[in-house]
Amino acid sequence: MTTSASGGPAIVVEGLTKSFGSVQALRGIDFSVERGTILGVLGPNGAGKTTAVRILTTLVRPDGGTALVEGRDVLREPDAVREIIGLAGQSAAIQEELTGRENLEILGRLYHLPKQRSKERAQELLERFELLDAANRPARTYSGGMARRLDLAASLVAEPAVLFLDEPTTGLDPRSRNGMWGIIRDLVSGGTTLLLTTQYLEEADELADEIIVVDHGRVIAAGTSDTLKDKVGGDVVEFGVLDRSRLGAAADAVAELSEVAPMLDPEEAVVAVRVGNQGSKAVVQAVRNLDAAGIETTGLALRRPSLDDVFLALTGHQAAEEEASPKRRRRRRRGAEPEPTRQQGRGR
Amino acid sequence: MTTVATPTRPAAAGSHHPGAWSRFRWGVADGLTVTKRNLIAYTRTPALLVFAVIQPVMFVLLFRYVFGGAIKVNVPGGYVSYLTPGIIGQSAAFASFGTAVGLAREIQKGVVDRYRSMPMARSAVLVGRLTADTLRMILTVLVLLGVSAAVGFRFHNGFWPAVGMVGLAVAFGVTVCAVSAYIGFAIRDEESVASFGLIWLFPLTFVSAAFVPVSSMPGWLQAFANNQPVTIVIDEMRSLALGGPLALHAWESAVWLVGILAVFLPLAVRAYRRV
Ligand SMILES: Nc1ncnc2c1ncn2[C@@H]1O[C@H](COP(=O)(O)OP(=O)(O)OP(=O)(O)O)[C@@H](O)[C@H]1O
Ligand SMILES: [Mg+2]
Repeated sequence: MTTSASGGPAIVVEGLTKSFGSVQALRGIDFSVERGTILGVLGPNGAGKTTAVRILTTLVRPDGGTALVEGRDVLREPDAVREIIGLAGQSAAIQEELTGRENLEILGRLYHLPKQRSKERAQELLERFELLDAANRPARTYSGGMARRLDLAASLVAEPAVLFLDEPTTGLDPRSRNGMWGIIRDLVSGGTTLLLTTQYLEEADELADEIIVVDHGRVIAAGTSDTLKDKVGGDVVEFGVLDRSRLGAAADAVAELSEVAPMLDPEEAVVAVRVGNQGSKAVVQAVRNLDAAGIETTGLALRRPSLDDVFLALTGHQAAEEEASPKRRRRRRRGAEPEPTRQQGRGR
Repeated sequence: MTTVATPTRPAAAGSHHPGAWSRFRWGVADGLTVTKRNLIAYTRTPALLVFAVIQPVMFVLLFRYVFGGAIKVNVPGGYVSYLTPGIIGQSAAFASFGTAVGLAREIQKGVVDRYRSMPMARSAVLVGRLTADTLRMILTVLVLLGVSAAVGFRFHNGFWPAVGMVGLAVAFGVTVCAVSAYIGFAIRDEESVASFGLIWLFPLTFVSAAFVPVSSMPGWLQAFANNQPVTIVIDEMRSLALGGPLALHAWESAVWLVGILAVFLPLAVRAYRRV
């Protein structure tokens, strides 16, 4: 058994570029991932996340730059890379006519595990991903969350040292997403190195040890979630406005709390204003001003900046606002708060 | 290849650099695994069985009883003798529809991406699809022979030529599947493939000697019908089934089939690499 010395990078990427015709998907990205840690690759639609994953998993050849996975060059020794990686792509790559169990067993065979071992491995994974009840049903009948879990299980059949997950929770409801997060955390505690892409700011916040923010094919920021938040500078007072038509008035009422103009989210009727480190004084002031203006609010609170705020501060645009992609996802705003509070707070 | 693996990683077979022989063996094994996977999927897709069995049978009955009376042919046993090789050839060609659609779907779903990120044989997706489709096609041909026999078809030329006819039909079908595989890999989008996958086969199979003698067509069509591969292959199948000159069409058929394979298999492989 070869041992993995912990420490040292499992993935090293330097100067990676890739164009599709006139579209520059990657314009030279660099990053590295320490062994046994999670890198969150965060970016809006079209940022280049999938392209980076496809290059690292040997599916696409880059135009320039180098990429090493556990010291193996994706360009020069793709077969050696394939032996140690697992991939769960952006869409669940499962064979719908086959049962969950058959899907996993066949992958085991294709990884050249002996027949008996393929069966055992399928059973282990079905248990671990709570798919035993549905194991003998065609995957066509699986819910979105189950299909995602099966897909993730499929990427683990050969116990890869390095795992790539491209938007593993996109399209899942909050409960399934939380379940998926738990699974992903467990994986990494077992020593796997993980690169995970996401558009969900809170997801990177929750899971990743290190985050890179990618926009238009470039890494525009890198660091831990805390260092990124510090870049934004200070806390945020945020609240929902009951009467949507008074959103503007609400923003005006709290504008004096900050040098930066308040942020409005008209879709969800939420106002956020950066207040540096004034702490509770800022909250008191905000409540007074809003009260004086006769504006009813919900869920007013002081919070640490979310990665959404980070994105805004770094790029000048919000994470998901600019593209009009048909697969555009529901935008999620705040980072750390538990789901239910937020929903009540907004009176949805 | 010493760098690393996590402690839990099993010593997966293939973590050494395999020689040519072992590569070949794994290639065959992977191809068979994918074949098996496809066959399981087929048995769970009733629409496909309808397409592979019921539709060809309907064709036999329609042509035999609806058009048959109006079509004059000069072969032993009458129109049903003429029709059977034609309809078997046509059905073998139409079986390729499933090839294109199946491959396009696999690409679209990301299944092919997963395979390509694994240390398995690159050829397995194509080999597994063509093998499964060939088996399905053989089933179609056997069903057609049974139904045709029930409505009056008989071989007039002995056992081995009859086997030869079935073999040629399958070889023809595999060739069309190779073209179809290229279409599936090149277009990739399941819906586009589904609408385009058969269109090109209609003129090729119907403007041929499959259902009616070419001499009944207008002159300008005859020029095409007489010289296109479907007519050539089906004429050869007819000679094998009913008796008649074998040699000329045998050569022409072989040249066409080998030629088409030689062009489209590499094209399909190249399109697959680009996925
Ligand atoms: N095969 C391709 N052909 C042409 N353009 C492509 C191809 N793949 C990606 N692109 C383009 O490259 C850019 C980056 O795409 P990529 O899929 O990497 O983005 P992403 O960050 O994964 O986005 P999303 O969040 O929508 O999945 C996009 O503009 C996309 O249109
Ligand atoms: Mg993507």
